[in-house]
Amino acid sequence: MTVKSAAKRPAPPVSFLSSMWAVVWKDLAAELRSRELISAMLVFSLLVVLIFNFSLELNARERQEVTAGVLWVTFVFAGTLGLNRSMAIEKDGNCLDGLLLAPVDRAAIYFGKVIGNLIFMLLVILIVLPIYSILYNTNLFVPGLLVTILLGAIGYVVSGTLLAAMSVQTRTRDILLPILHLPVVLPVVISAVRASTYFLQGQPMDLIWGSLNLLIGYNVIFTAAAYMLFDYVVQE
Amino acid sequence: MISARNLVKRFGLKSVLRGLDFEVAEGEFVGLLGPNGAGKTTFLRILASLARPSLGRVEVAGFSLPEQAAQVRRRLGVLSHQPLLYPDLTGEENLTFFGRLYNVQNLPERIRNVLALVGLEGRGRDLVRTYSRGMQQRLAIGRAVIHDPDILLLDEPYTGLDQDASAMLDDVLRKVTAEGRTVVMTSHDLVRAQDLCSRFDVLTRGRILASASRQDVPPDGLQAFYRRSVSSLEPGRAGAHDG
Amino acid sequence: MNAKPKALMALDVASWALLAVSVYLVLVYAPMEAVMGNVQRVFYYHVAAGWVGMIGFLFAVFAGIMYLARGDRKWDVMGLAGVEVGLIFSLINIVTGSIWARPIWNTWWTWDPRLVTATIMELVYVAYLMLRQGIDDPDRRARFGAIYAIVGFLSVPLSFFSIRIWRTIHPVVIGSGDAGAQGGFDMTAGMQVAFFFCLFTFTVIAVDLLWHRVRLGFLADKVEQLKLKFSS
Ligand SMILES: Nc1ncnc2c1ncn2[C@@H]1O[C@H](COP(=O)(O)OP(=O)(O)O)[C@@H](O)[C@H]1O
Ligand SMILES: [Mg+2]
Repeated sequence: MTVKSAAKRPAPPVSFLSSMWAVVWKDLAAELRSRELISAMLVFSLLVVLIFNFSLELNARERQEVTAGVLWVTFVFAGTLGLNRSMAIEKDGNCLDGLLLAPVDRAAIYFGKVIGNLIFMLLVILIVLPIYSILYNTNLFVPGLLVTILLGAIGYVVSGTLLAAMSVQTRTRDILLPILHLPVVLPVVISAVRASTYFLQGQPMDLIWGSLNLLIGYNVIFTAAAYMLFDYVVQE
Repeated sequence: MISARNLVKRFGLKSVLRGLDFEVAEGEFVGLLGPNGAGKTTFLRILASLARPSLGRVEVAGFSLPEQAAQVRRRLGVLSHQPLLYPDLTGEENLTFFGRLYNVQNLPERIRNVLALVGLEGRGRDLVRTYSRGMQQRLAIGRAVIHDPDILLLDEPYTGLDQDASAMLDDVLRKVTAEGRTVVMTSHDLVRAQDLCSRFDVLTRGRILASASRQDVPPDGLQAFYRRSVSSLEPGRAGAHDG
Repeated sequence: MNAKPKALMALDVASWALLAVSVYLVLVYAPMEAVMGNVQRVFYYHVAAGWVGMIGFLFAVFAGIMYLARGDRKWDVMGLAGVEVGLIFSLINIVTGSIWARPIWNTWWTWDPRLVTATIMELVYVAYLMLRQGIDDPDRRARFGAIYAIVGFLSVPLSFFSIRIWRTIHPVVIGSGDAGAQGGFDMTAGMQVAFFFCLFTFTVIAVDLLWHRVRLGFLADKVEQLKLKFSS
């Protein structure tokens, strides 16, 4: 049983993509075990939807107008839970240090976390949408709406993962994330609600393009910014 | 293998390391001793490329930090008081994950070997959350050596372990370090340090002001040497150097 | 460093003098606007405060970039100064806007893009202060502050455009007026004098305050250093 292998040269560096997928795989495997992140987001989402029902006295006609708003508020708050948890897992027991010790690009760690968080968020959305559909007898399977949700979720997770990586390293970590994130993610929420509402109302595309373009612009700008800034979030 | 020149680390305005010089040759096992808050962890974090020095030059395995951090990281294994493991993954999955990050070849075989080395053969499929503190620490050693590093940094590896677990850790550390690895270990446990280390450096007030090789310290004499080194820093005698 | 620099002293005096003159220009010299009446006079300070608030935040972003590039603590002190000055003047901007809106738009508050964006910007930088509050390690505080100052500032124009999708009723006084805007007007020569004078005055005041705040930060560092020296 030799532990020290014969070759003295260390293994060649791992590629960006494989290290990124390793992080994604790790998050998915852990979540598959514990299911604490998704179940928390899911139960929370359903509760929010229920509470909206009673607080807004949703009748059939008004429902049409506020559906997009209710959905996005639900996703935004549930998303905060998920982001907080996903980063707390790294910070508890200093696992983040373990990641940073590895010879991988920091950006690969960031994008790995982003993809993991995006998968969790989309899973929750995929479960909430049909339930909402059934509860309120609304057809939500509008392709445009689904595209909007995808774009919005990407924007939300891209900025949220960066800020969550910061907030977990503070004393006030749980309460700080929404305070940091909401003012920054507002353009996503506004545009996504707008576009979603228009899609549900079947409005013409030229009304909707503005919001979609804004979502795409946000995603591009914040992905680039996070790519450049994440190094500074984790370096000491 | 490791060299630090005039190393300064400040947190804000507070200087923790103040012009520290440190040199380790290949194959040495250096015990880094010093009172709480002396800056041992801070120093190891700099060597591990987790923190950046405020001033000074640091070279590890012939690469300078922080510029060539990636090169250093590939050759470095780190064990801290926390195990740096994911409790919701099994032992094997943890090693698989870190093995992938280090691009370890023949990973399944390597994992079997490492689990055997740290005495966790039967427990690889169990969740780390179900491990005892001692088992977690042993798996943490497995994580630290999964990529067969040339250099090991150990920060208080005995913290929180009971007698049995400590003895087992001793055993594992001996095996892991018997293969010509260079090791720097911080420890409060002078007895264990005396057993394991080939050299003792005392870090106080942000510098290494006393150093002794194993031959210079009589058996059971480490305690006395440590006392002398720390107390030689009383005002007026702060210049005392290299015991 | 310890004694107040002569230039700063001169700037203090200049700020007070300019402020006094601007009060005269705004309240007496500038002609009364025909439609809106005296309440329009708040406009001079309103725009000047908004302008200076923006300068403060921009300065913080610049300092943030410099901090990340150089790692020098002085940029952190400057960034914080920029944010604090920016917050004060933006608040003045929002409050004076509200005072103006009451008689003109018949409401204290409206969900106009500029108004909302100004408020969001204010919230972004309040969050910035809360972030700093939550961090004990001064290096990390500086690093995260710099990052958030930049990220927050990136989102501000995006917020503006996303709200713009609703129609605006905010007047655009300078440049082309929006057809739907209420409360727009053309500036006469007298108004222009008061307007540009206020911009200048507030800029000087902002520079003066920034300087004081930065100096205070440096002095605080010095006190901290002395404390450390004594305790060790
Ligand atoms: N991130 C940090 N911010 C501020 N001070 C720190 C930080 N990390 C360590 N310190 C300070 O540095 C000193 C040395 O700490 P450490 O390296 O952990 O000592 P040791 O490991 O020798 O007990 C302590 O006084 C500690 O308070
Ligand atoms: Mg320590």
